[in-house]
Amino acid sequence: MTRIHSATELEEVRKGIVSKKDPNKPCVAICGGTGCLGGRESLIHAFEEEVKKQSLEGKVDVRVTGCHGFCAQGPNIVIYPEEICYVKVRPEDASEIFSQTLIGKKVVDRLVYTDPNTGKKAVHQSEIPYYKKQTRNLLGANPKIDPRSIDDYLAIGGYSSLAKALLQMTPKQVLEEVKKANLRGRGGGGFPAGLKWETARNARAELKYVICNGHEGEPGAYMDRAIFQGNPHLIIEGLIIGGYAVGAQQGFIYTRHDMPRLRENIDLALKRSEEYGFVGKNILESGFDFQIEVHLDVGIFVSGEASALMRSIEGKAPEPRPKYTRTAVKGIWDRPSNLNNVETWANVPQIIDKGADWYAGIGTERSKGTKMISLSGNIVNTGVVEVPFGTSLKEIVYDIGGGIPKGKKLKAVHFGAAMGGTLPAELIDTPLDFDVLAKLGAAIGAGGLFVMDEDTSMVSMSKFFLDFLANESCGKCVPCREGIRQMLRIFTRMSEGKGKEGDIETLEELCEVGSLASLCALGKTTSSPIRSALRFFRNEYEASIKSAEPTAERSSAANQEG
Amino acid sequence: MSDILLTIDGKEVRAKEGTSVLGAARSAGILIPTLCHHEKLDPYGGCRLCTVEVESRGRINYVASCLYPVERNLLVRTRSEKVDRIRKVILELLLAHAPDSPQLMALAEEYGAKAERFDKESSFCILCGLCVRYCAEVKKKHAIAFVDQGPKREINFIPEIASKECWNCKECFPLCPTSYLQAAYLLTEALAFPRHAFTSASGK
Repeated sequence: MTRIHSATELEEVRKGIVSKKDPNKPCVAICGGTGCLGGRESLIHAFEEEVKKQSLEGKVDVRVTGCHGFCAQGPNIVIYPEEICYVKVRPEDASEIFSQTLIGKKVVDRLVYTDPNTGKKAVHQSEIPYYKKQTRNLLGANPKIDPRSIDDYLAIGGYSSLAKALLQMTPKQVLEEVKKANLRGRGGGGFPAGLKWETARNARAELKYVICNGHEGEPGAYMDRAIFQGNPHLIIEGLIIGGYAVGAQQGFIYTRHDMPRLRENIDLALKRSEEYGFVGKNILESGFDFQIEVHLDVGIFVSGEASALMRSIEGKAPEPRPKYTRTAVKGIWDRPSNLNNVETWANVPQIIDKGADWYAGIGTERSKGTKMISLSGNIVNTGVVEVPFGTSLKEIVYDIGGGIPKGKKLKAVHFGAAMGGTLPAELIDTPLDFDVLAKLGAAIGAGGLFVMDEDTSMVSMSKFFLDFLANESCGKCVPCREGIRQMLRIFTRMSEGKGKEGDIETLEELCEVGSLASLCALGKTTSSPIRSALRFFRNEYEASIKSAEPTAERSSAANQEG
Repeated sequence: MSDILLTIDGKEVRAKEGTSVLGAARSAGILIPTLCHHEKLDPYGGCRLCTVEVESRGRINYVASCLYPVERNLLVRTRSEKVDRIRKVILELLLAHAPDSPQLMALAEEYGAKAERFDKESSFCILCGLCVRYCAEVKKKHAIAFVDQGPKREINFIPEIASKECWNCKECFPLCPTSYLQAAYLLTEALAFPRHAFTSASGK
């Protein structure tokens, strides 16, 4: 592999890669996402064996890709060039798929997706209702590329945004483009990324950092892993562009120690992009130097909180620091440190490529672009979804999600897991929008959407979230540590049918103190699910206190999750 | 470093840039209660008892005064209905651990906190971290540390260090707002390095 020195050279290399690829060469794209393979290699081996058995070496490609998104129907495969989708594929199906589809060019009917509502079969992604209603600007490339191949990424136009930013735009112009696109942080707060970049850019310091927060830890949130593991170069490209705009020469990727495959893909991607010269000294001869280092967490949820994450990178225990000075001004080693989430960085290359006006044309007035959502709980189509902002929750749950299993009624949807909020079924027409949802007490958070059917107990859900938080709070400050302890105690009693009069008032007081006086964002939002339950399901809490009946140990939605 | 003018409880206060609101208030004779604060230690922001109401450009916030830096034209209210309620609940949460701590009892009276609000907890440590931080920051010995997280967090002496360092120091003992620290030390000593206990008892 040779170093690329200019935009022209990049285009030549790209042309070379594309010309070597035969678009008509049959290819089996196996979803290597966690939901489909979960680390098991048997399906991949079955297809590789079949290539050998049929003596098709060099004539058929077997490509292990990132997550395709349709987890409920996994393991998923796509056969190119026809783009035939097969669902729930088992290793023993490999030989039939080879003889029938790859050689015989016929569709194996029993492996085709059948819509459970209409009984209709759908052979291609574009016909499957789950995919049809999505706008997969970010996820769309996942089935088409091998995340371990930088050439695959280059073939679909990868790193051309980097070349454009470094060679045709000033850092200020890049910043202005991101500001104009109104890209908002996908990690939870929805804070305008451009404004944060500007703060870090304007902070006076010789050394600055940009950081990719890949510490996805919310229960039921798995979209960052889907895009990061499936298309690591996209995030790396975004991060380098961000470093250029902010004036940082060092980037950090902070991710989880317990996702070995993700780590492998990131490490390999960094190695390859260094070899091509997209990372390192004098990138594309632009004069811009940029290094990226990967850091792993120590296995605690609060590591994903910005200030705790930065302490962790410094080599200290991941305890949150009070952020009275913004980390964009004083972060890692007190230097300006611009932190954005995986999905935020993933959006950057397309903004540079297609422009802020194109980007701002997608979504609502104040929430632009698409949002990846991971659907879980009592929903037919569990999976990773990507839709434009403004899509109604109803479309997400019913048209894409396929509704509630077993003909049950929808009770509520919940965003943001343990630090998010719940909306009752009556508000299902609400559009996906940062501000509209925040106002209703169910901020999007990172984008985990948890669906609850009519059998779900809100008391059990509250207890479920607090159980999670009790294990994940760092325990430094009193309102969070002791508040969680007492609230968990109350919900445990309530779920055993031993609720007391005054419990609700105590909860309200603990919620208020926790949200006002806690040290970090985790502590401040531990009460959010309870607040929203008190807003929309107060009568259920009240009924639980009056009743001596224990609620089900855990709601069915919580059970499905884990 | 220039002086910054701010208002605390209606009183104009001058403070050096970088001073905390707590420091500025104390120098002006305005009392803000604290549990985890100590002059010799870095501000910690763990107990949150020093929470005050600050108003800046029309926006009201609740912040830990031990950490919040003074700002030009900042309006600080050290007592308000909400501030008092925050302190009351924090005290009640802590009284569940240490209902007999004189320091907590005095504060409870001031803020109307009831010791019996929450069921008695088994540990009487309130995790203010004074001992842990004093040992680390002043003595630089790290003989005592936090272990575990969330509601399971506790303090533990590290026997290997404590057996060498603590016998002649014990400077952290009087810092403890409850009596847990001494108990934890005695327990560690009894279990991990009982030599001193036996030799002193036998008068050798």
